[in-house]
Amino acid sequence: MTKNSAEQMSGAKAFIESLKKEGVDTIFGYPGGVLLHIYDEIYKCDLRHILVRHEQAAAHAADGYARATGKTGVCLATSGPGATNLVTGIATAHMDSVPMVAFTGQVSSFLIGNDAFQEANITGITLPITKHNYLVQKAENIPKSIKEAFHIASTGRTGPVLVDITRDATVNEFKFSYPDKVELRSYKPTVKGNIQQIKKAAAMIAAAKKPIIYAGGGVISAGASSELYKLAELINAPVTTTLMGLGAFPMDHPLFIGMPGMHGTKYANFSIQDSDLLIAVGARFDDRVTGKISSFASGAKIIHIDIDPAEISKNVTADLPIVGDAKSILNDLLPVMAEKVTSGKTSDWLKRVNQWKKEYPLAYKDDGSTIKPQFVIETLCEIAPDAIVATEVGQHQMWTAQYFKFKKPRKLITSGGLGTMGYGLPAAMGAKVGCPDQIVFDVAGDGSFQMNSQELATLVANDIPVISVILNNGYLGMVRQWQELFYDCHYSHTDIVDSVDFVKLAEAYGALGLRVEKKSELKEAVQTAIKSGRPTVIDVRIDRGENVFPMVPAGAAINEPIDERKYGGI
Amino acid sequence: MTEMQSHTLSILVENHSGVLTRVAALFARRGYNIDSLAVGRTEDPDVSRITIVAYGDDAVIEQVIKQLYKLIEVIKVVDLSKEEHVDRELALIKVGTTSETRADILQIVDIFRAKIVDVGSNTMMIEITGDGEKISAIEKLLRPFGIKELVRTGKVGLSRGPKDIVKEK
Repeated sequence: MTKNSAEQMSGAKAFIESLKKEGVDTIFGYPGGVLLHIYDEIYKCDLRHILVRHEQAAAHAADGYARATGKTGVCLATSGPGATNLVTGIATAHMDSVPMVAFTGQVSSFLIGNDAFQEANITGITLPITKHNYLVQKAENIPKSIKEAFHIASTGRTGPVLVDITRDATVNEFKFSYPDKVELRSYKPTVKGNIQQIKKAAAMIAAAKKPIIYAGGGVISAGASSELYKLAELINAPVTTTLMGLGAFPMDHPLFIGMPGMHGTKYANFSIQDSDLLIAVGARFDDRVTGKISSFASGAKIIHIDIDPAEISKNVTADLPIVGDAKSILNDLLPVMAEKVTSGKTSDWLKRVNQWKKEYPLAYKDDGSTIKPQFVIETLCEIAPDAIVATEVGQHQMWTAQYFKFKKPRKLITSGGLGTMGYGLPAAMGAKVGCPDQIVFDVAGDGSFQMNSQELATLVANDIPVISVILNNGYLGMVRQWQELFYDCHYSHTDIVDSVDFVKLAEAYGALGLRVEKKSELKEAVQTAIKSGRPTVIDVRIDRGENVFPMVPAGAAINEPIDERKYGGI
Repeated sequence: MTEMQSHTLSILVENHSGVLTRVAALFARRGYNIDSLAVGRTEDPDVSRITIVAYGDDAVIEQVIKQLYKLIEVIKVVDLSKEEHVDRELALIKVGTTSETRADILQIVDIFRAKIVDVGSNTMMIEITGDGEKISAIEKLLRPFGIKELVRTGKVGLSRGPKDIVKEK
């Protein structure tokens, strides 16, 4: 460890200096008692701090910022309730492997364990939902902990790290020096894939008649989209991407077959089930993807490329595992593959896949009498095809995943693993802060939107023009759909019609509020929102009874979707 | 699926506060049961060794090991059951005595090569080291005399031969 400066300073100042060394430009946070020293330094420095209205939003915003930019997101909250309010946001980032460093204030070290005012054992609470966490009780440990936190968060399988700093550590002074590098003997993630395994993979791919690529969020984390593209074209195999992987492969490409799993396309699911080789890249065989696990791709050999060795054979046994970074592995695979590939080998297979595509297209009924949510998403995609789209969680999220044709990575910002309602608006805020030149939508449901709508205040105060498009059906729609399908239409606590006037709500915060009640009004409203350059809420009154289809019931094989014609589908 | 059996995992960790919590919590939240646990320092003061006996089939144990490696402070994990190794437990047994039973108890202690570490007017404390079966055997023999208290450590173990688990790959 070399010293690159040796100025005497407080822990609070060292906190700021350390963040600068890590290249942090923005913090989403909320002050409090034990953070006063740190906030005094924030007052004096030029780091951008965005004051949220609830700490949960700080975590989601840091997460959205990270997903949109690829950089590590940073949030800050005070001890006790401030810290516990971050928990949902940290868990969300953990499930989706988002690089994030969450800082919390802690009561002074001599008070720890005394049930002091605003004391919570946040390192204990976040143990299972962080990649790692630190309790820093001495000023001189602040730089090293921050250095390690950023290193751990942003390398290997990325994820959230929490650093809890006691009040006295922020007050006490020491000679500041920032470590040049991290030395953790117990943490050395594998980046490069084993070349023997890669050669075997190439041989398996060359021998396959019905290969399929199943790509996940790991491709986006690794920045491996162009390598994935090259592989797909080289071996001429259909590509399905998980919810987390949408945008890793252009959705308008002829080889793209949509999302797999519960609300995936029928042709993706049929193709997986019929394939003889499944090439999984940065995907983790989640239960929403596999359905009944024993019958998932049961005729296929499985190649599993993943940065996390613990994902290999966790849910589905891999015939050929390759541990490492997706970009590095695909780069090594491509030249080996190029020598082995036989052109035209998959043409019969592609014919079959395309036949399914034609026979079972993604479609919905639209007689024009109501506004169909799918139409809303298609319209957004038509007006702003390159926009960043954050979502909340529920039906609107699935419609977005199905009908917005993402062509590039880091465009869809959605809580896949944890399924966090209330995620979208603050995540969209973080994305817009990270990518101010892009149009950023938050596609929301009327239920989810109410979980963090207070962030409209943050958007207005900081002039962050996120456009919220609420697909308002007056229901907690996804739960309502399950009640209709599986609980005899007992709509237990899912009807929330007219709970709030979203236009007035937007106006109350100083945002622009627009309402769309007719199909014909939609386009203009979206264009008005974009032109206004203001935070906007568009309340779109959609068809109340619309369901998300296709749908494979939980626990069924993915080639056994329910007959949607019984429930208003096609 | 392979059969369920007992595995002795030797886990080297950074000697930081909270590491044991991380390891134990991992077992709890992933639904793996711990049969016994022992922890202490090693030849390197910065490193502690946690020995955990867990029950499961090979696939489960493999997943346990992979999950353990995800903990930043875990340096090395070895399944001792897969190799030649020595493992031991220690027990302290406080047994009731009378002038009639004392000789019998001493004989049992002798046969098991255990030690008397404390003697009272009507109790004796016995220290015994060995594998789990040996300890269970002496416990069974002493029970008729009236065991007042008993404490057993978790199992500790090392692989046989010259290799050490940090350097071995």
